[in-house]
Amino acid sequence: MSTPENGPDPLDVAALDDAVAAALADVAAAGDLDALKAVRTQHTGDKSPLALANRAIGALPGPDKAAAGKNIGPRRGQVAKALAARAAELEAERDERVLVTEAVDVTLPTSRRPVGARHPIELVQERIADFFVGLGWEIADGPEVEAEWFNFDALNFAPDHPARQMQDTFYVEGQGGEPSNLVLRTHTSPVQARSLIERGVPLYIACPGKVFRTDALDATHTPVFHQVEGLAVDKGLTMANLVGTLDAFARAMFGPEARTRLRPSFFPFTEPSAEMDLWFPQKKGGPGWIEWGGCGMVNPNVLRAAGVDPEEYSGFAFGMGIERTLMLRHSISDMHDIVEGDVRFSTQFGTEI
Amino acid sequence: MPRIVKDWLGEHVELPADLTAVRLAEALVKVGLEEEEIHPAAVTGPLVVGRVLELTPEPQKNGKTINWCRVDVGPEHNDAEGARGIVCGAHNFAVGDLVVVSLPGTVLPGGFAIAARKTYGHVSDGMICSVRELGTGEDHDGILVLTRAGFDAADLTPGQDAIALLGLGDEVLEINVTPDRGYAFSYRGVAREYAHSTGARFTDRGLAENLTTPPPAATADGFAVQVDDAAPIHGVAGCDRFVTRIVRGIDPAAPTPDWMKRRLEGSGMRAISLAVDVTNYVMLDLGQPLHAYDLARVAAPIVVRRATAGERLTTLDDADRALDPQDLLITDSPAGAGSRVLGLAGVMGGASSEVSATTTDVLVEAAHFDPITVARTARRHRLPSEAAKRFERGVDPRLAAVAAQRVVDLLVELGGGTADPAVGDLDSTSPAAPIRLDASLPTRLVGVDYSREQVVGTLEQIGCTVDGADETLVVTPPSWRPDLTEPATLVEEVVRIQGYDQIPSTLPAARGGRGLTPEQRIRRSVARSLAEAGLVEVLSYPFVSTADLDALGLPADDVRRATLRLANPLADDKPLLRADLLVALLDTARRNVSRGLTDVAVFEIGQVTRPVAGAPAAPSLPVGERPSDAELDALAAAVPAQPRHVAGVLAGAAEPAGWWGRGRAADWADALDAARLVAERVGVEVTVGPDTTTMPWHPGRCAALALPDGTVVGHAGELHPKVVERLSLPARSAAFELDLSALVAATTGEPVTAAPVSAFPAAKEDFAFVVDAGVPAADVHAAVVAGAGPLLEEARLFDVFTGEQVGEGKKSLAYSVRLRAADRTLSADDVRAVRDGVVTAAADRVGAVLRG
Repeated sequence: MSTPENGPDPLDVAALDDAVAAALADVAAAGDLDALKAVRTQHTGDKSPLALANRAIGALPGPDKAAAGKNIGPRRGQVAKALAARAAELEAERDERVLVTEAVDVTLPTSRRPVGARHPIELVQERIADFFVGLGWEIADGPEVEAEWFNFDALNFAPDHPARQMQDTFYVEGQGGEPSNLVLRTHTSPVQARSLIERGVPLYIACPGKVFRTDALDATHTPVFHQVEGLAVDKGLTMANLVGTLDAFARAMFGPEARTRLRPSFFPFTEPSAEMDLWFPQKKGGPGWIEWGGCGMVNPNVLRAAGVDPEEYSGFAFGMGIERTLMLRHSISDMHDIVEGDVRFSTQFGTEI
Repeated sequence: MPRIVKDWLGEHVELPADLTAVRLAEALVKVGLEEEEIHPAAVTGPLVVGRVLELTPEPQKNGKTINWCRVDVGPEHNDAEGARGIVCGAHNFAVGDLVVVSLPGTVLPGGFAIAARKTYGHVSDGMICSVRELGTGEDHDGILVLTRAGFDAADLTPGQDAIALLGLGDEVLEINVTPDRGYAFSYRGVAREYAHSTGARFTDRGLAENLTTPPPAATADGFAVQVDDAAPIHGVAGCDRFVTRIVRGIDPAAPTPDWMKRRLEGSGMRAISLAVDVTNYVMLDLGQPLHAYDLARVAAPIVVRRATAGERLTTLDDADRALDPQDLLITDSPAGAGSRVLGLAGVMGGASSEVSATTTDVLVEAAHFDPITVARTARRHRLPSEAAKRFERGVDPRLAAVAAQRVVDLLVELGGGTADPAVGDLDSTSPAAPIRLDASLPTRLVGVDYSREQVVGTLEQIGCTVDGADETLVVTPPSWRPDLTEPATLVEEVVRIQGYDQIPSTLPAARGGRGLTPEQRIRRSVARSLAEAGLVEVLSYPFVSTADLDALGLPADDVRRATLRLANPLADDKPLLRADLLVALLDTARRNVSRGLTDVAVFEIGQVTRPVAGAPAAPSLPVGERPSDAELDALAAAVPAQPRHVAGVLAGAAEPAGWWGRGRAADWADALDAARLVAERVGVEVTVGPDTTTMPWHPGRCAALALPDGTVVGHAGELHPKVVERLSLPARSAAFELDLSALVAATTGEPVTAAPVSAFPAAKEDFAFVVDAGVPAADVHAAVVAGAGPLLEEARLFDVFTGEQVGEGKKSLAYSVRLRAADRTLSADDVRAVRDGVVTAAADRVGAVLRG
């Protein structure tokens, strides 16, 4: 018989089995981690029958020690294992309960930090720049307040040419009543002339940027708007290369269905010149052609103004409005939204377009 | 821009009977004449011929007599009794007359819709129309009786469509003519282009051989004309052709026929009087501006000369104009040669010699003037007249005699005049210079294989003479194409006529680029970072006013007041070009706030203009020549510096309140943090120090950001309360502005040298120092960093505290310091040494005392 003080005889297998059975029953009956803790103390603590029996081994005669060890070791292991298994069970139950009580309403708003955005005009320009960089072209910048010579004369707009009058130019006041011969650039084309002079040929550049015309702001006009200008000058470039570039550009901006069409036109800085129409599947009222920009082969006078020999080099140039491109792509009907700086407009576009 | 009346065009080129304005536009756009607008038909609905069957005058109480009529309008429209009842107030017609009836549903010019209505005790079931109501003339005589208007009764049946009969149903195409194609400002030119586009048969009515009466040669007794140009522009004489014709005995009362009025009005020109209408008609027809003088009021000789200073002229529009010495004048000689000004050559005539209601003898002028002279005069006097539009784009110099003959013929035919045998023709025009064209150039420039025959054929088709047996063609352009001056212009003609749609699409292989420039990449990175930090990018106009600068409280000598001024601003109150971004961006922020978006954070990246005081004007240099290097330097010196700036405005909540707790208002630190973020993204170290003077910022809450060399590159902080008040922004709004170009210029472009990342454990130490309240935190931070030495990985200020515990005039700054060695785990001695170093440095440098 076992006593709390002495525990079962380490050689009494039946008594040891009783102790194990009692322990396993108590483990199984433990309803929570606190109860299991008491069970653990009761059956594996210093005063537990198996611990006492184990301690009694030391007093046994030598030959019995080994047998007693073999009796007790596995039985203690069996109890410990049961305890661990039950502990794991109870912990899992407890965790499940607690996590449920910690549940939150995930539909609550999480906007603790305001989110900014880029202006879509800038994003379109960056996208255009990426397209041309992908072709191996470079992106050129230039001043917005520009010398008349770069804005007009270098591009073959003679001072009295009607085309020069048609540009609705902002002129900069000079000092002491004298003309400054400065204008707000009416197109991004002066960057062509600057690039030809500064970089020389061969040249493949695109110039997105801000331009100015004396048009009052309304739903479709703004005095400050954006263009992208493209210029390629090399040996052997043809109008077919112009068309190829425009087609690729149109597809990049408007998807694989897009294509372009040229119509004869006139610009002082190109000869031959063309208006460019874009096939626009999303056009209101059904797919159709819409005006997208102007283009042509670089006028020999423009090459001469940059010191390039037109007998040796040819080139093409084109330009289109960024606002128009944006309005088409994103169904924007009123220019006011683009220029007024209302954050609700930019926010719709995020940081990529 | 020209409007095309279809039947008029049909006199020059064969047109399909069913040609619509849309199809005409399609044909013309292919050869470069773009549609501007299609003007709708003048009349729509059931407008029919009617025969007056009964007419009963019925006197009314108001003293008027109305006619109650029964009108046969054809079986399709008649009532059961074979007519319709119509009330008519006019009396110039009788039973049996054939008239025009607008039945209910008709819309007359001016949107005048006809409906059945009860009037004078009858139901009037339509309207009998007058010329004026139909918009075909100003005839006040009353009802249009068709047989009196030149129609044959045999051709007319009641019920017949009167819209087609009167030509009122045509939509009119208005085209856009590019500045190089002056000849297309005429039916002759448009017809030629239609023929090029469609292959239709074209008859050039501008050639003498196609006239019924060929123009006679000049006679010795032609009206005396002298050209005396003492000051040609660019060495080109102002006038190189002057044809005069005289028609005598014109009936001053002879009306302009309705067909001519209709064509003129359809082409957008008002009918005035026979002589004037005929000159306008021929101008529209052939493209030659013409002038009709009252012969009795012109004293020979006519002298074409430049104006002298002080001369004045009252033009036909009744404006009294001061003339400029560059203005080319038509003068006559009542008191010596050229003593009286008759008109501005090629632009507008004067009132004194105008044909009038009593004119019987007319002097016709058909001249050719220098485009630049006319362009400058038209611009100077703001007179973009029909004549000036044509001359400045170039008029066919061979056309004058033919056009004058047409005018003479029409005045004889319609005005009952007699052509005077005296003919003047002063002609110093020279033929167009031939152009040498390599026959393979079109192929090389366009990328389409054009044969020599195609090139030659196309150029001949547009009127060129082509010589040369080998590959080099000698091409003489036709007289109406002054724009054809060099080979490229001929290439355009070839590709235009052969068709732009033949050009293949071939993407060229570029030479390989270097990608975006560092500046372009940095700009993107800055913009993206600010957006990710919660700011919204906007774009503002660069136009600002002195009041805007005043609102920012900028002192008189502030560099941002040294703005460029536009000579022709769009809004007179915003004539200046911004020298900084905030001046316009604050207004954008205010607009958002006024729209109820009170928590607003916006930024802008853009160029500003920083003129150099006393900068020279840009040189005027010629077209088509590369400037010398010195000239390029002069251009560069004249163009003001235009650095790119970045600016932001933050107002209202920087972080919103929500279920998580209270929000946080934007303040000076948000602005400064955004500015620091910009510098960080550029990759330049900036130092931050207080700035107590720069507007529009709060003097105690503004930081100047400087490059390591001390150059200030921008400011950030809370806006001055007065500025906030003036701009109606939320209290404590904050802003920053940095010179992005200067920041970018300060980058080295050198790749970052990476420091190895140590995996040894870190040691953490906290310090709380008490310093005088006036000691900048940056100084304390610098002392901590210096004292900690090379083991310091990070030092962070985590608390600032003032109050009784630290004493009056003192503050407590608490730092958390993380230490780590690259090569070992730190020992307790290491940490102790750092601690001692920090305490000592803080005490020595900023008088800091470690709090207990």
